[in-house]
Amino acid sequence: MRYIPITQADKAAMLRDIGVSSTQELFAANIPADVRLNRPLNLPPALSEMEILATMSDLTRQNVTLADYTCFLGAGAYDHYIPAAVDAFVRRGEFLTAYTPYQPEISQGVLQVIYEYQSLVCELTGMDLSNASMYDGGSAMAEAAGMVVQQTGRKKVVVASSVHPNWRRVVKTYMHGIGVEVIEAPLVNCELDLNKLETLVTDEVAGVIVQMPNFLGHIEQVRTIEKMAHAKGALFVVAADPISLAVLEAPGNYGADIVVMEGQSLGNAVSYGGPWLGIIATRDKFSRRIPGRIVGATLDNRGQRAFVLTLQTREQHIRREKATSNICSNQALNALAATVYMTLVGKEGLREVANLSLQKAHYAATQIQKLPGYKIACKSSFFKEFTINCPKPAEEINRMLLQKGILGGYASSPDYPLLPNAMTIAVTEKRTKAQIDQLVAALGEVK
Amino acid sequence: MSTLALIFEKSTPGKRAVTFPACDVPEVDPSAVIPAELLRQKPAELPEVSEIEAVRHFTQLSRRNHGVDVDFYPLGSCTMKYNPKVNEEAARLPGIALAHPQQPVETVQGNLKLLHTLEGWLCEVTGMDRMTFQPAAGAHGELTGILIIKAYHESRKDTDRRKVIVPDSAHGTNPATAAMAGFDVVSIPSKHDGSVDLDALRAVVGPDTAALMMTNPSTLGIFDPHVKDVAEIVHAAGGLVYYDGANMNAIMGYARPGDMGFDVVHLNLHKTFSTPHGGGGPGSGPVGVKQFLAPFLPVPVVELAGDKYLLDWERPLSIGKMMGFYGNFGVVARAFAYTLAYGPELKEVSEYAVLNANYIQAHLRKYYDLAVDRYCMHECVISAKTLKHEVGVKTLDIAKRLLDEGIHPPTIYFPMIVEEAMMIEPTETEDKATLDRFIASMVQIYKEAKEDPERVKSAPHLTVVGRLDEALAARKPNLRFKKDL
Repeated sequence: MRYIPITQADKAAMLRDIGVSSTQELFAANIPADVRLNRPLNLPPALSEMEILATMSDLTRQNVTLADYTCFLGAGAYDHYIPAAVDAFVRRGEFLTAYTPYQPEISQGVLQVIYEYQSLVCELTGMDLSNASMYDGGSAMAEAAGMVVQQTGRKKVVVASSVHPNWRRVVKTYMHGIGVEVIEAPLVNCELDLNKLETLVTDEVAGVIVQMPNFLGHIEQVRTIEKMAHAKGALFVVAADPISLAVLEAPGNYGADIVVMEGQSLGNAVSYGGPWLGIIATRDKFSRRIPGRIVGATLDNRGQRAFVLTLQTREQHIRREKATSNICSNQALNALAATVYMTLVGKEGLREVANLSLQKAHYAATQIQKLPGYKIACKSSFFKEFTINCPKPAEEINRMLLQKGILGGYASSPDYPLLPNAMTIAVTEKRTKAQIDQLVAALGEVK
Repeated sequence: MSTLALIFEKSTPGKRAVTFPACDVPEVDPSAVIPAELLRQKPAELPEVSEIEAVRHFTQLSRRNHGVDVDFYPLGSCTMKYNPKVNEEAARLPGIALAHPQQPVETVQGNLKLLHTLEGWLCEVTGMDRMTFQPAAGAHGELTGILIIKAYHESRKDTDRRKVIVPDSAHGTNPATAAMAGFDVVSIPSKHDGSVDLDALRAVVGPDTAALMMTNPSTLGIFDPHVKDVAEIVHAAGGLVYYDGANMNAIMGYARPGDMGFDVVHLNLHKTFSTPHGGGGPGSGPVGVKQFLAPFLPVPVVELAGDKYLLDWERPLSIGKMMGFYGNFGVVARAFAYTLAYGPELKEVSEYAVLNANYIQAHLRKYYDLAVDRYCMHECVISAKTLKHEVGVKTLDIAKRLLDEGIHPPTIYFPMIVEEAMMIEPTETEDKATLDRFIASMVQIYKEAKEDPERVKSAPHLTVVGRLDEALAARKPNLRFKKDL
């Protein structure tokens, strides 16, 4: 009963005030006998705090972690540095233990953080507005697909095969619900086949969804794709890597209608896949279509600037089945982490993170290409992640790397059978030259 | 306290907080490796501040925010219980926080065992057979569950089932979810106590019924006495029944949705299992199903083969994926720690949650109207209807006056079927002194409303900002800072 602060004396007094002799009477008055559980729950006995930590520590100690292994694995989650001050705010009880800011007068902290988050996202993406965040990048992409369908009234979306395979699965799952056909556009090597794409984008297509850089790390011809989409009246959805946007052009400057991102890289631990945050940003003209919470600035009755949840007539608690989405929460704590991260690294720091990642990735690619039996799978440009063809299946090479304390790249051939023995390698600013050289040396030992 | 400047307004060119090591590899010119037309021309205007300025900024913001750690937070249907600090430590164990989701399964056996074990425990609590942790929140769980039901009907070629029945007392996510899964929503009236009107239900079920979504205990805090009949009526028509487990904190160890005949249930780990709400998330909305629906669960499913855990992706009937990876794993790990803390004593969580709610109801009924005059479960719904008619003080005014007492108000104007509703959920983690202070505040506000109604109507008086102009916010949306404004 560690977290239940009612004494037996309190309980007796409370029962007296209620007018019953036991709590059993309260349950008996409510739950019919034929659905009552008449045995104790079959769960292991309660543990003390010390035992809880020891149990969970023992359980997870056998995992390989980024604390002990050198990580070249990306494919949707990245080992970027998290400044110490980020977790200090994620842990603050005022943020941690609050809920959605329904009462703005005592929630100005979270509300202002989200307003700043929205502003930062707009700066990063070059878009007009952002919501308060979504569950993750994959579900944000699925919601974006729903937006383009609602906006155009068309029932097909085209998704590049170079989009993260799991995100494509999420899009298909959501679109199946509303009877929308998802067409996957094929690749040549590591990027979209623009000739085939042109034939797929017809005037029945609601939107074209690409990832930039794509899942294999490479750059798509976004300016050409934008023209193809808009020529047919389809909307253009870009999934971007937030770190890359310090080096690569903002999607808002090449015609994106919606930008979605996985925000994990912005100060959130990899945490075996979550919790992270989905970022979604769009143009002013779609402000009534964007799902989820949005914070706006207004005035209070004392004339002060203050922040409040706004444009709520899109949302489920008002519109019910006519809402733009059923989403009602967001990932506010992860958006807080992203806001603190972007504040701490700042304008220059983000460029440094991006540039260091780019430099180290290109060094790694250059060194690996010198090895016999390895070659970069594609000619197109890349940012911090790239795909190589290996002399053996990547899974096999990864087992060998693991024994040397290295988490190798993502084995991408199962998702892309046309790329033989492919490994997609991610290099962040955290990797040192020595670590990269170790990886290269280990790869060189593969016979 | 006056307005706190935005971080952008505190920015000074040239200031830095974090710096990074010098580049230790031979450098290339980015314009030599990235096509010129795709290089960023104008840098993003992120703030430029020192670390101490950043730290003070976010510390000052945190002080303008109410949380469970600050004071009482009886927000009905949100289960704002205490979030144990040991859960935070658990989620930061290296094996949990620093495991990469794309690692080979043989390197994450501990995390897969955690997922598999908690699945078993929560199936025991709910009476279900299998569970997925992929949904990130309650609404996401609802969508997962309804898509599973859709896939089930499709697998049987029973595709005329286009309707999902939702009682009008339901949370707005229920009808929004059904619509998102492509179903037509049929709303049926609830009885005055929030329970399902069986006659209304019988009148709408038929060969077009895909499912019924039900919250039990209802949004009025009352356990539906005919819950088994509801399930039977829908099943007889060939539909499935979905249990919104938002109010599970009322019944753990006392009753299980699986035993009531339900096919699908979602839990809110951020409510019942004490994971922090984080200012609006992250949550976790695991979905439990009966065995016959297990083939439709999202991929991958964690399975135990011999003594090894694996991720099973080869499930041809699966609905697909709901999230990039395996859900909000760090949140699930916190719920694991919480379940370890209680074990079978989870029953006492519900016992004290119900005790606390009835204690508040017993006292406040002397001053406010009761939505339903009977013992409640984990939350009670009262109304300021009489007060409004007598002196013009509304529920909103009472809520705002509570802010001056340092207390987060109850959920207000919900459920919508109760006029001037206040939905109060104290949770089991509050002591009697806190409940007494809340009761005293509510009584004081009642008296003040009669003696000095303007004082209540103009509240709050002591908060850092006063009532906000929400109409202005919606009419002239200002959703981001712009440097040139």
